[in-house]
Amino acid sequence: MKCKCPECDGEITIPKDAVEGEIVTCPDCGLEYELTFDKDGKCNLKTAEVVGEDWGE
Amino acid sequence: MPKKLSIIYDRTRWEEKALIKAARRKRISTNLIDGKNICLNISGKYDSETYGDIILQRCISYFRGLHISAVLERKGLPVVNSFNTSLICGNKLFTSLALENAGVPTPKTYVTFTSEAALEALEKIGYPAVVKPVVGSWGRLVSPVRDRATAEAILEHREQMNNALLQIHYIQEMVERPPRDIRTIVVGDEVAVSVYRSAPAGAWRTNVALGATTIPCPTSSQLEDIVLRAARAVGGGVLAVDAMESPNGPVVHEVNSTIEFRGASTATGVNIASKIIDYVIKTSKK
Repeated sequence: MKCKCPECDGEITIPKDAVEGEIVTCPDCGLEYELTFDKDGKCNLKTAEVVGEDWGE
Repeated sequence: MPKKLSIIYDRTRWEEKALIKAARRKRISTNLIDGKNICLNISGKYDSETYGDIILQRCISYFRGLHISAVLERKGLPVVNSFNTSLICGNKLFTSLALENAGVPTPKTYVTFTSEAALEALEKIGYPAVVKPVVGSWGRLVSPVRDRATAEAILEHREQMNNALLQIHYIQEMVERPPRDIRTIVVGDEVAVSVYRSAPAGAWRTNVALGATTIPCPTSSQLEDIVLRAARAVGGGVLAVDAMESPNGPVVHEVNSTIEFRGASTATGVNIASKIIDYVIKTSKK
């Protein structure tokens, strides 16, 4: 499956085993997106959260 | 009735995918809940219809995960790890206190709240030492302090950052150790696996996030005893206990609650995700 990068219109390949919430990166502009799927399985891209100071283990 | 598992996440990492896969392989009904979109009414009723029989809290954001656990646990739903364990492990000072209280060997540690007091503590502890934020992970802002001039510079930077948590100065002795530490994954009352984490060339921090390499480590009976006591000291659950090899034996410097185990799984071939799912399901039956 492929998605268009909302920022640069680059082509982002979605891995076959991708799951909700996974991060994908645009190969052209490097922006990171969080992947979501709607009911009919179509993928949507949302700008990923920036790393927070409380992120980690 | 088959058990239903809810995994609360806010970013799907390698670990979350491995956990989902392990649960599905065991034919456990798994519900994924995005912690970023969750809306919790503190007066609401929380039934297993929505949240399942057991919740695995896997938020990458410590404060988000902690607050979600606070609500769900208070509403009677079982959460792994518990609110208390998450609270302690997410704060290095609370962890140090729990370890010290349980008699688990841990580095000498001071806490201060002003730069002046921090400099005094550093004189007491001796240079070199390490200054760490009380909340944070992946080695972020963990600073080696080799002399007073460096200490003054680091403390000045922290003061200027205008961040309340960075005004708490957690100061620890620099333990004499090889350029590696030992991470032991503890699942319930058992050691799942231990690995050495070696700092990359020229670096001193041993976080995998900073490029450390991971190789299997035999779990000696001494190490096993110490890490299991450390896990119990913070309330138990699914934990990653980090220890350093000091001249006097292992000392535990950190216990992680929302564990990352990709490095340990890959290096050892142990299916840690499967062990975690077994433990979580076992916990729901208690």
